[in-house]
Amino acid sequence: MAKLRVGVVSPEREIWSGEADMVIAKTVDGEIGIMPGHAPVLGVLVEGGVLRVKRDGEGDLVAAVHGGFLSVADNDVSVLAEAAELGSEVDVAAAKDALQRAQASIEADQEDADARLEAKRAAARLRAAGEEV
Amino acid sequence: MGAQLRLLRRRIKSVKSTAKITRAQELIASSRIVKAQQRMHAAVPYEREITHAVSAVLSNTSSVDHPLTVAKEQPAMAGVLIVTSDRGFCGGFNANVLREAEALKAHLSGRGLQVKPFVVGRKGITWHRFRSREMSGEWDGFSDNPSYGHAKEIADALISSFKQDDGIDEIHIVYTEFVSMLTQEVVVKRILPLEVEEAEATPETVMPYYEFEPTAGDVLDSLLPRYIESRIFNALLQSAASEHAARRRAMKSATDNANELISVFTRQMNQARQAEITQEISEIVGGANALADAAAGKE
Repeated sequence: MAKLRVGVVSPEREIWSGEADMVIAKTVDGEIGIMPGHAPVLGVLVEGGVLRVKRDGEGDLVAAVHGGFLSVADNDVSVLAEAAELGSEVDVAAAKDALQRAQASIEADQEDADARLEAKRAAARLRAAGEEV
Repeated sequence: MGAQLRLLRRRIKSVKSTAKITRAQELIASSRIVKAQQRMHAAVPYEREITHAVSAVLSNTSSVDHPLTVAKEQPAMAGVLIVTSDRGFCGGFNANVLREAEALKAHLSGRGLQVKPFVVGRKGITWHRFRSREMSGEWDGFSDNPSYGHAKEIADALISSFKQDDGIDEIHIVYTEFVSMLTQEVVVKRILPLEVEEAEATPETVMPYYEFEPTAGDVLDSLLPRYIESRIFNALLQSAASEHAARRRAMKSATDNANELISVFTRQMNQARQAEITQEISEIVGGANALADAAAGKE
């Protein structure tokens, strides 16, 4: 079966690239699963989403992806994230701490958009690291 | 004579310590060029992909009427983003950028546009302040190690001014491109209204027909600002690498000059010392002769 060539890039560096069987990402319209032979798609990713790359014989690659785009054409999948982090690279303690702080400031001020964003990001990082949120 | 010798010794000492400083600066700059180059290379995949995505959207939607891509019929104001360095000691680096910016300003004024400078880097900011020119935006403190957040900040300011009705209608950027270790070139580019740098559209590279999530317009809405941020980020990275390269070159020639001065001074000092010794000897010999003559005269 054909494989997908996947590249996950952020402005500062290439996070990961390699071959995969399936890519699952979350666009603003909802979750989207890409398998080989998928029609060309260009989607906007949500803030604080989790990207899952299913690979043959290896564990899934999970990454927290904050904003950006997903572009699929001709079995090439590019994930352009404004910021991204592999699940294995996430500092769980720091992310938990960030989540708690963000939640505290949301409780203090319901309108705090920055804190909401921060909470979403921290939650995504924790989910990518395999923690329950 | 003794005074000249002392003077030369003092000068040699001071030039030597200057050479030590410039040599250290040179070494620091060389190691930072490598880092800056790595960052430049690391940013390439994202840039390539985002350019590809923008051209994909633009080629799929026949009538793109996005505010960021449409040139105003009567442009009245132009923003110029000038990327300079925070620190000096880098030869003509900043002077070159500012000269090019001045030329661009003259050109834009010739077209009847009012020019608003947006300046990155302390050197450029002080240059404008010294001439009491108003700046529409100024950022400093990161010229040698810019992050994407900085690029975003700058892009936000530029885009919001571009979107205002009485804001700027064009955005140009002046920065130094890192061609190689030895060559850096000042380049002037227009970033808004957008001209997507597209690779040649040969039949093999024709874009497939994309589906958009949610719609082409929405994708473009969020894609274009990212594209501009990435262009600015690229300019900052290029400029940072160029700054280090320029500093390394300037410091290398400063060290070379200092070493040359030291050898000239050393030669002069040796000459002076020899002259002094010769004089002393001739004085002693003269004195001894005079004494001998005086003794001979008595007899």
